[in-house]
Amino acid sequence: MSQELVLSELPAIHGAMAEFDTPEELLAACERARAAGYRRMDAYAPMPVAGLAETIGYKRNKVAFCVLIGGICGAMFGFGLLEWMTVVAYPHNVGGRPLNSWPAYIPITFETMILFASLTALFSMLAMNGLPKPYHPVFNVPAFDRASIDKFFLCIESSDPNFRIEDTLQFLRDTGAREVTVVPA
Amino acid sequence: MATPENLKVSELPEIPDPGADEILGPGHNYATVTERIGGIVYTPWKRWPGKWWIGAIISFIFVNLLMTAMYVLFFRGIGTWGVNIPIGWGFAIINFVWWIGIGHAGTLISAILFLLRQDWRTSINRFSEAMTLFAVACAGMFPILHLGRPWLAYWLFPYPNSMWLWPQPRSPLEWDVFAVSTYGTVSLVFWYCGLIPDLASMRDMAPHPWQQRIYGILSLGWRGSAIHWHRYQKAYLLLAGLSTPLVLSVHTIVSFDFAISIIPGWHTTIFPPYFVAGAIYSGFAMVLTLIIPLRSWYNMRDLITLRHIDAAAKFMLGTGLIVAYGYSMEAFMSWYSGDPYEKFMYWNRITGPYGFTYVLLILCNIALPQSLWSRRVRHNIGLVWVLSLIVNVGMWLERFVIVVTSLHRDFLPSSWGIYIPTKWDWATYTGTLGFFMLLIFLFVRLLPSISIFEVREVVHHIAHPREVYTEKQL
Repeated sequence: MSQELVLSELPAIHGAMAEFDTPEELLAACERARAAGYRRMDAYAPMPVAGLAETIGYKRNKVAFCVLIGGICGAMFGFGLLEWMTVVAYPHNVGGRPLNSWPAYIPITFETMILFASLTALFSMLAMNGLPKPYHPVFNVPAFDRASIDKFFLCIESSDPNFRIEDTLQFLRDTGAREVTVVPA
Repeated sequence: MATPENLKVSELPEIPDPGADEILGPGHNYATVTERIGGIVYTPWKRWPGKWWIGAIISFIFVNLLMTAMYVLFFRGIGTWGVNIPIGWGFAIINFVWWIGIGHAGTLISAILFLLRQDWRTSINRFSEAMTLFAVACAGMFPILHLGRPWLAYWLFPYPNSMWLWPQPRSPLEWDVFAVSTYGTVSLVFWYCGLIPDLASMRDMAPHPWQQRIYGILSLGWRGSAIHWHRYQKAYLLLAGLSTPLVLSVHTIVSFDFAISIIPGWHTTIFPPYFVAGAIYSGFAMVLTLIIPLRSWYNMRDLITLRHIDAAAKFMLGTGLIVAYGYSMEAFMSWYSGDPYEKFMYWNRITGPYGFTYVLLILCNIALPQSLWSRRVRHNIGLVWVLSLIVNVGMWLERFVIVVTSLHRDFLPSSWGIYIPTKWDWATYTGTLGFFMLLIFLFVRLLPSISIFEVREVVHHIAHPREVYTEKQL
């Protein structure tokens, strides 16, 4: 099948995708793509690959910061709730003990801190990843089924200023990819 | 790729165990581990193991027993149980503590062993997390059923109500509400977070479109982007880091239910650490009870190897010794305190009407598990399985001894009493066992019971051994 023929029929292109057999080949291809000046790309792997995100130019992981904020909010919520319940909303004198008996509030404060931080960890990760997202152009590539099983993919996106479809496809072929395809948008 | 034709795992000849040094059998690559683990779910129902059907049906019968017991309880009230003053806690609290303790090993395996980079955890962590969730579900039932008016269980939570009444947050029972509900929620979050990439694998190997759709929705459209993985790993690491203190705090708070009171035998500072160790002890016993039949029924001896069984048996031995230390300190302190009620309590625990439970407890929890020191015993799978059952019974007896012997004879002989569980107590307890087992049976049918993407990492590590440390290099 001639690539040019397909290209002329496609209304829009998401990018060009190369398929690899091993994480090492994928890492090497990503390094070459960075060196060739490509910036807007994404790599896909069936498991975490050390250093892959950094290679394609990912810098700041904000999950930890979100979790810290979530934990602080959770602790403040828990302690504040108990203080308010026992001192303001329902002050109850038990044998003359102080209303603000804060040491007894620590276990619940700890639990709400963990609860909020854990929920923040899951939901901030999903939100920053843009999930749930049932449709994505990369799923248009039939071989991409194996991105969650045993194959490794590099997709250079058409929004990259250096993206020229023929040149980019040739570049990906030169990286030693097993298969190179166009990703329809 | 993975069509039903190449997924006939159950028809393969029996796969041998690679032995106590390997965490994965030979000849595996990224695709084969995916097909093996996902293939269990996609086996057509006609080829499911007959033992699965027998187990699931028996469990389902016990679920019906639980429903009947609940109906009787709701209809006639708490008097159908054997509890009365002075023994107001009985089976409800014994089973609550037992179940929640079983859950703790799941969190330990998935979180603490993850932080300690123990690579043998990968084959059993998903399964243990599921065990945690189901055990917490069983545990959570008991305090609610014990309320007397279970339909008012939401009164336990602080919410703005028309009476402007609030729960007492200085009470360990209220701490328990927060601890157990947080533990259940965080366990679910951790479990689901670990499942997301594997649900994407399930979606991509689904033989039927409806299966693809269901797993596609559950996987949230995960596509394995490197940047997603980066955030995912950070979130997973943080969840592990948060679950570790959580699991310690939950059983500490459960032990506060006892330790904050002034009942002889409960009012001790040894309770929190000794409860946590006991929880992990019983949890590892339950993990072994479940994975030994599972790996045999589903021909997974190359994924869950002798290495895993050996390590879990060692954990059982180690935590069992901490529990033994707890028992001896309890005995020592009751003598050293000089408190006559404490001294009497311990003497009564051994020689009183419930003395036989104490003897059985020492036999099941301390004496028999010492055989695990022997490598030959640890490598005899049948024997390890029997020992794991014995420890499960022993840990249940421990809670029985703590709850019943302390309550039945406290300060005033005029208020002493005897507790005999009724048939409805037993029906509720065995019913939750059936409920737990049914959930486990359904789980192995519906979801990948081993973390596929983490086993892929193990495959990669085995192929490139120099890039990571192994335990032997440490």
